[in-house]
Amino acid sequence: MIENRPLITFLAHATIILGIAIVAFPIWITFVAASHDAVRMTQVPIPLWPGDQFFVNLKIALTRGLGGAQGPTAATLLLNSLITALMIAVGKIVISMLSAFAIVYFRFPFRMGFFWMIFVTLMLPVEVRILPTFKVVADLNLLDSYWGMTLPLIASATATFMFRQVFLTIPDEMLEAARIDGAGPMRFFWDILIPMSRTNIAALFVILFIYGWNQYLWPLLITTDSSLYTITIGIKNLLNSAELTPEWNIIMMTALLAMIPPVLVVVTMQKMFVKGLTETDK
Amino acid sequence: MKLSKFLVGAAAATALTGMASGAMAVTEIQWWHAMGGANGERVNKIAADFNASQSEYKVVPTNKGNYTETMTAAIAAFRAGKQPDIVQVFEVGTATMMAAKGAVYPVYKLMQDEGESFDINAYLPAVVSYYQTSNGKLLSMPFNSSTPVLWYNKDAFKKAGITKVPSTWDEMKTASEKLVASGMKCGFSFGWQSWVMIENYSAWHNLPIGTRENGYAGLDTEFTFNNAAVKNRLQKIYDWSKKGLFKYGGRRGDSLSMFTNGECGMWMNSSAYYGAMKAQAKFDFGQAMLPLDTEVAKKPQNSIIGGATLWVLKGKPKSHYKGVALFLKYLSSPKVQAWWHQETGYVPITTAAYKLSEEQGFYKSNPGTDTAIHELSLNQPTPNSRGLRFGNFVQVRDIINEEMENIWAGKKTASQAMDDAVARGNKLLRKFEKANR
Amino acid sequence: MTGGPLPHSARRNEHMLKRVHFKPSLLPFLLVAPQIVITIVFFFWPASQALYQSFLVEDAFGLSTEFVWFDNFIELFQDPHYLGAFQRTAYFSLSVAFIAMFSALVLAAMADRIVRGATTYRTLLIWPYAIAPVLAGALWVFMFDPTLGIFVYALNAIGIDWNYKLNGDQAMTLVILASAWKQIAYNFLFFIAAMQSIPRSLIEAAAIDGAGPLRRFTTIIFPLITPTSFFLLVVNVVYAFFDTFGVIDAMTQGGPANATQILVYKVYYDGFVGLDLGGSAAQSVVLMAIVILLTVVQFRFIERKVEY
Repeated sequence: MIENRPLITFLAHATIILGIAIVAFPIWITFVAASHDAVRMTQVPIPLWPGDQFFVNLKIALTRGLGGAQGPTAATLLLNSLITALMIAVGKIVISMLSAFAIVYFRFPFRMGFFWMIFVTLMLPVEVRILPTFKVVADLNLLDSYWGMTLPLIASATATFMFRQVFLTIPDEMLEAARIDGAGPMRFFWDILIPMSRTNIAALFVILFIYGWNQYLWPLLITTDSSLYTITIGIKNLLNSAELTPEWNIIMMTALLAMIPPVLVVVTMQKMFVKGLTETDK
Repeated sequence: MKLSKFLVGAAAATALTGMASGAMAVTEIQWWHAMGGANGERVNKIAADFNASQSEYKVVPTNKGNYTETMTAAIAAFRAGKQPDIVQVFEVGTATMMAAKGAVYPVYKLMQDEGESFDINAYLPAVVSYYQTSNGKLLSMPFNSSTPVLWYNKDAFKKAGITKVPSTWDEMKTASEKLVASGMKCGFSFGWQSWVMIENYSAWHNLPIGTRENGYAGLDTEFTFNNAAVKNRLQKIYDWSKKGLFKYGGRRGDSLSMFTNGECGMWMNSSAYYGAMKAQAKFDFGQAMLPLDTEVAKKPQNSIIGGATLWVLKGKPKSHYKGVALFLKYLSSPKVQAWWHQETGYVPITTAAYKLSEEQGFYKSNPGTDTAIHELSLNQPTPNSRGLRFGNFVQVRDIINEEMENIWAGKKTASQAMDDAVARGNKLLRKFEKANR
Repeated sequence: MTGGPLPHSARRNEHMLKRVHFKPSLLPFLLVAPQIVITIVFFFWPASQALYQSFLVEDAFGLSTEFVWFDNFIELFQDPHYLGAFQRTAYFSLSVAFIAMFSALVLAAMADRIVRGATTYRTLLIWPYAIAPVLAGALWVFMFDPTLGIFVYALNAIGIDWNYKLNGDQAMTLVILASAWKQIAYNFLFFIAAMQSIPRSLIEAAAIDGAGPLRRFTTIIFPLITPTSFFLLVVNVVYAFFDTFGVIDAMTQGGPANATQILVYKVYYDGFVGLDLGGSAAQSVVLMAIVILLTVVQFRFIERKVEY
């Protein structure tokens, strides 16, 4: 603290608490809805205080399968989400570190060609080219597989872009020192670059994990085997009840369950995340 | 290192998925559907019961999202040669499916080829007419069908002193006035407005909504729903809305909560909301037939359905289609249909299922649930009231939604809005015609 | 196995490469190979098909195809609704970026002052980031449903006739708020990180010179986090441009009367819902061109050493 001004400190706390109240309010509603019965959430006035059905709903959400008893349970859906989110996060980090390494540390023919090939893909989401991409994945026989669900989402340059920035800021002396020790490129990559970009990896991991976790349209399109469905598909399935009353209690309970893993990832990695973002200049 | 593991993993995963599907002895029939929540469970039950009834075929139902997502998924899969055997498609997708002659296997032909007896006369005419060719051949198997009805709040009616349920639009007005006078926020509302207020309004009064028998007779059809009757009705409703007699509450069934929470005393929407109504409404409610516009017709014709049908796709091994035919027959058996009808609130597709439900006393213990069937079977359907077959109708419906929203927001007159909707809709029809030449 | 440092060259791309680097060999090809392969297979191949498709009129099942040259594009640019979508997209994106960044900045500035409880606050603030767009949309619908919504009482009480299902401006406001809400946490994390990397000594010196908290913020902190702000502006605009259609789909489906139909939603809608593959592909091509343009612009700025 620079100076001690109780009033300003108080104001800071007040503002941030107000901010949290606004930002977290929808989450509170999720929790409230998850603790009432199904019909309560369709009747005015909507409750603002939790009901007594929380554990009943929790049990239903955990044990009842998607679309009835035979369907996969929430645990399976969560596991699928976890697998795909991890594959997307890890896969993207691995391939983009390698290519960023090549682009920054090597001079080779077509370097700029490769560079632009990768960076053109920077922002275009898969949804915009979804039908042609589906055809490609089908032709490769990757429908109904984790690879089909993840590989097309790995094809973008955000992570490569970030690693390139990180590598560019690593002092040249590191490489010279490594060279004096007789280290080859892969040794240098392994012993110097990876440890030095640890925090950036963490930050990217958080972003990509959440990106992967929240995917909906692509995994839905690519899978016909409901045991491969993700939790987001499960929630959408519950929401999609046509003329019936949506089971808000179960939907919101499932939503709460679906929030836990990404929130855990963010919370446990937030220190590293913040560091990873600030310490680009080594 | 990392990379090689990656690739080995890829190979292993592909091999695994390949093995899983190859090891089955019974013939698997893929059925993609759009039924979420409790109806999804019912779909699973139908499949499970069918599977238990014989040992050669196994129907595997898969929920592929909402109607749009399911249809697009099936089309994408077809283009890639990975289509399911059966796909559930909503009624507005009918023209798209029908135009794809190389992709769909018409149900009448399937039954013929597989030597299964199939009597079209056993089905409710207003239900199957939507999915027949202009000369009466059934293309797809109706699955979940409903029709709009007038829902009303009996308690609110009592309080407002309304003794007769409105059967004409003039009575809608007086009833709404009374409801508002008794302290309600609005008289009536409706959902699925294109379906209820354009498509069904037209069928109910035996008006065409497009040329060429509502599109049945050919792709060179044009919309004509910008007629005086439709414009007049919508304009009047807008005028009423200024006095609170009508309130717009969003597309699809979004306005349901306005009715169940006692804001509006009447609501026009699908008969299939019965279950939701029973769960949510804390008052006594009833269903009645849609109101008649006495300036337009002397008596109502019949209403048309909404919902979805099951389409059989081509390109699967020959051995599958026997199973598909058997499953569709099983599905239309009175027992299954009566159960489905009573559980979901969708109308039964055969007369036998309706009779069975009657025998079982379903309509006695659930008064009003046969309103939909009465509306549908009021008269033998005419070319104006058997259904509609317009290309790109998914988008056309949204155009109608948009233009009707312009009326309710006071941005356009009903006349302008309908003219614009027709003009925009016709463009899409031409586009569809061009694409399906 | 490594060569000596190459003399600094004045070639154009040189600034994108380390001055010191490894000798040419097969290795760099192997290193870029996975990404290049994935990019070609899952980006260029489908994208080229989209390009080809934009010259076709096709039925949904791909059974009849006609090559029509630029008809789809001509039709597109004659469609007033498409041109309207451009305007809406700009308005939407900038509003989302502004609201999300401004709220995050205020919160971060406050959190930066706080020592006790900072972690707790931060943890609570980042929850929305973890929520799937589909669900975020559903939640906001819940809170602002004209009949059921909790906030509607308040809005009615202050004389606003709230019905976002009919009123386009209200619908737009709602999707902007919901989209911005999801992005606040992300911005917050970046801002707080940037603020905490400012040397304390700098701020202390200013305090000793008698600069008050507000003055210190405007003269020291804010200028020093400009690179971060710029980066976030790009990220937020891109987010609003491309990643919000899940929210829009769950809340308004582009309605009422097109009021919330932005470019990406229209591509999705025309292609995926409307099955107008040619028209949708033409829009994709236009969008890709915009993206490439944006990327180039972004690079020019980033290459000027905007760090994050």
